[in-house]
Amino acid sequence: MTDRYQTFTRTPLGRTLVKNLGLPDPTPLQRWTEGSRVIDGQVVFGAIGETEAGKAIQALLRDVGASFSTAAEGVASSELRPKALVFDATGATSTADLTSLQRFFSPVIRQLGTAGRVIVVGRTPELSPSPEQHIAQRALEGFTRSLGKEVKRGATVNLVYVAPDAHDQLDSTLRFFLSPKSAYVDGQVVRVGAGPVVGNDPAAPLAGKVAVVTGAARGIGAAIAQTLARDGATVMGVDVPQNANDLRKVMSAIGGSELLLDVTAIDAPQRIAAHAEEHHGGLDVVVHNAGITRDKRLANMRTDTWDAVLDVNLRAPERITTHLLESGALHDGGSVIGVASIAGIAGNNGQTNYATSKAGVIGLVQALAPRITDRQIRINAVAPGFIETEMTARVPFAIREVGRRVNSLQQGGQPVDVAETIAWFADPASAGITGNVVRVCGQSMLGA
Amino acid sequence: MTETRKVAVVAGNRIPFARQDKTYRHASNSDMLTAALNGLVDRTGLGGQELGEVVAGAVLKHARDWNMVREVVLGSKLAPTTPAYDIQQACGTGLEAAILVGNKIALGQIEAGIAGGVDTASDAPIAVNDELRNILLDLNRAKSVQQRLQVLTRLRPRDVVPEIPRNAEPRTRKSMGEHAALTALEWGITREAQDELAYRSHMNLAAAYDRGFQQDLITPYLGLEKDQNLRPDTTIEKLAKLKPVFGKGETATMTAGNSTPLTDGASTVLLSTDEWAAEHGLKPLAYLTHSQTAAVDYVKGAEGLLMAPAYAVPRMLARAGLTLQDFDYYEIHEAFASQVLATLKAWEDPIFCKERLGLDAPLGEIDRDKLNVNGSSLAAGHPFAATGGRIVAGLAKQLHENGGGRGLISICAAGGQGVVAILEGSTK
Repeated sequence: MTDRYQTFTRTPLGRTLVKNLGLPDPTPLQRWTEGSRVIDGQVVFGAIGETEAGKAIQALLRDVGASFSTAAEGVASSELRPKALVFDATGATSTADLTSLQRFFSPVIRQLGTAGRVIVVGRTPELSPSPEQHIAQRALEGFTRSLGKEVKRGATVNLVYVAPDAHDQLDSTLRFFLSPKSAYVDGQVVRVGAGPVVGNDPAAPLAGKVAVVTGAARGIGAAIAQTLARDGATVMGVDVPQNANDLRKVMSAIGGSELLLDVTAIDAPQRIAAHAEEHHGGLDVVVHNAGITRDKRLANMRTDTWDAVLDVNLRAPERITTHLLESGALHDGGSVIGVASIAGIAGNNGQTNYATSKAGVIGLVQALAPRITDRQIRINAVAPGFIETEMTARVPFAIREVGRRVNSLQQGGQPVDVAETIAWFADPASAGITGNVVRVCGQSMLGA
Repeated sequence: MTETRKVAVVAGNRIPFARQDKTYRHASNSDMLTAALNGLVDRTGLGGQELGEVVAGAVLKHARDWNMVREVVLGSKLAPTTPAYDIQQACGTGLEAAILVGNKIALGQIEAGIAGGVDTASDAPIAVNDELRNILLDLNRAKSVQQRLQVLTRLRPRDVVPEIPRNAEPRTRKSMGEHAALTALEWGITREAQDELAYRSHMNLAAAYDRGFQQDLITPYLGLEKDQNLRPDTTIEKLAKLKPVFGKGETATMTAGNSTPLTDGASTVLLSTDEWAAEHGLKPLAYLTHSQTAAVDYVKGAEGLLMAPAYAVPRMLARAGLTLQDFDYYEIHEAFASQVLATLKAWEDPIFCKERLGLDAPLGEIDRDKLNVNGSSLAAGHPFAATGGRIVAGLAKQLHENGGGRGLISICAAGGQGVVAILEGSTK
């Protein structure tokens, strides 16, 4: 749905009012379209010393054709209008090195362009050889999260922790965070671990891969199906028979196959596996998007209302994932993606059932991630915040307005923002990414 | 426990089924059931005789007809000393009535009985709504004129809106057709397959009339001699032209042609022991040997409303020590063509049979040439409670004509229920 307030702020009258009254000023975000470049503008790269990670970052910047300059300290020049600031902090071995953050960013941060990108790359704190380094690295999170709230005009700030032996895994993640694909991902921390180097085509990273998306008929699910198809995947769309027409529209437009079933059916896991084997020879990507809400205060909650939500949102993904792993229908090197929610992190009034199910999805990710690394299968989750869908359009006006504005970008996200994040998880080149829960929330204040 | 006795199906009779609001529009449930019952009594020469029991029911029944079957017996040619009772298990009513009568015969509690069913979609019981009902009841309780007037001031124009029985599930508010349409989608049942099944139903029933098969199964009523819904001249092309009525958009497949219409009618079946039949100069047509009911939890959507027979049949087969292929005839009530096709597909599906039925192997395919050989509900129509009697009598006669054999009956019912049974011929 359209954000009328945001549209109004773009009118001459709106601009005057916003400026004089200090009203929220949500900048229209830039999204990836056909032919978009990874980064369209100047990049300034800074670092604490010369590191392996720094070399990998610079190689990537050259690779995507970015015009970049390196600076140990930020360059204060009114002419420079950088689109992105990338800082390699992996070299921070003690808290003394943290001064470099201020020195690099303070002079240049004001120059950051519209829908700018700030990426700080650190060393995974838990894997630091010394306590001093661990402390310094952990400190980065406070920096990026605060800077995310300071930057304006649709800019985002994210932190990427890379494991010591995982510099070769940075590419897909840096591409994602530099590009318009991460428009609504802000204030996040991602951990990149070691994995095999996959040399796929960044323009079609999922070519030859098969992805199943549950709840694919509408809203976020449809956007996921379309985005994965754009990236080259053959998509198998699953939805309940009630949504058959919508599913048909989505799947026929992207040449995918349809499977009509209720994910809570006792044999749903087997049916998904059988359909995938029969029509596509198995699966590479599993996206558990199907979800429902049945909001009630706990005092008024009935068991069937409680269970309906848990069955669809948590028990079905759990059962389906287990079966696809055990049956071998999910190929080695595959990717499982759950859809959690900021409600599952922050909690929400009237959503004990929903938040339980969504926190459970995070549990699913954390529990399975270390157990399936032997087959190079990864599992991650997105946690959407306020996304403009049919579902949120039904939220009462005042609550909807608050939901939209209480984030650093002062607006709701689009289904495609969730889809792009999932596509990044699904990319075989993201082989080093598992066990992550990334919020697609514009750095919402809730549960942050 | 004493040994059980064989339960013979001796005879059956029904009135032709009429489309809603046509020939039988002014006939009540009692009128139609009496007509069917008297026809059976005439044909079997049981006039004035006392039977062990008459068991029947109607799905749509006025509350005033609380003792309908006993009243029908009193107004029939049977002896007024014949006991009777009403039952109701939605579309399974007729077959369940036969099972109940059969069980009493098997246990030696009665020697002979009649099972039946009737329904009218035209002469529907209309009730006052709950508001008006409460006002009227309070009015009745009021003692003084003043109190009565006070109660009457509560009347509002909306109170005259009546409660009309709806062909919808109370828990999902979806009609049976809408439920069936979801199952059709889930099982990928095509429009073509449904139309083909409907076409065969019409052709088979027309052929049954042509060869005189229905002669001793039907008593004409109100000038109607054949089922009003039967279209002997229908074609696959004509069926293909109909617009879908259940479901929407390009995935909708269920039309008025491949779904049963609302119908009026009644049916009866006479069951007894071998000895009783011989004493009355009657010959058993077949025997009711096994039966089973099952229900599914369709409310949450994890199973289709009309899929219960898919569960009931394998349980019955296991008890009978039979496979799905050990039958000469299959009578699967055609509530909707898609229901029959989804059930057959489920039995062929290894995942359904393993995960939902808990079987090691699928039940497998059936020979489609043995399915509903004399037509079924798509052609004949489906007055809910009357369908069971139509099928039991027709299959018994078919087995008799065949000189024996075995037939499977499967009927799906509202509320996610299924009633199934086995009839076996006297020889072979």
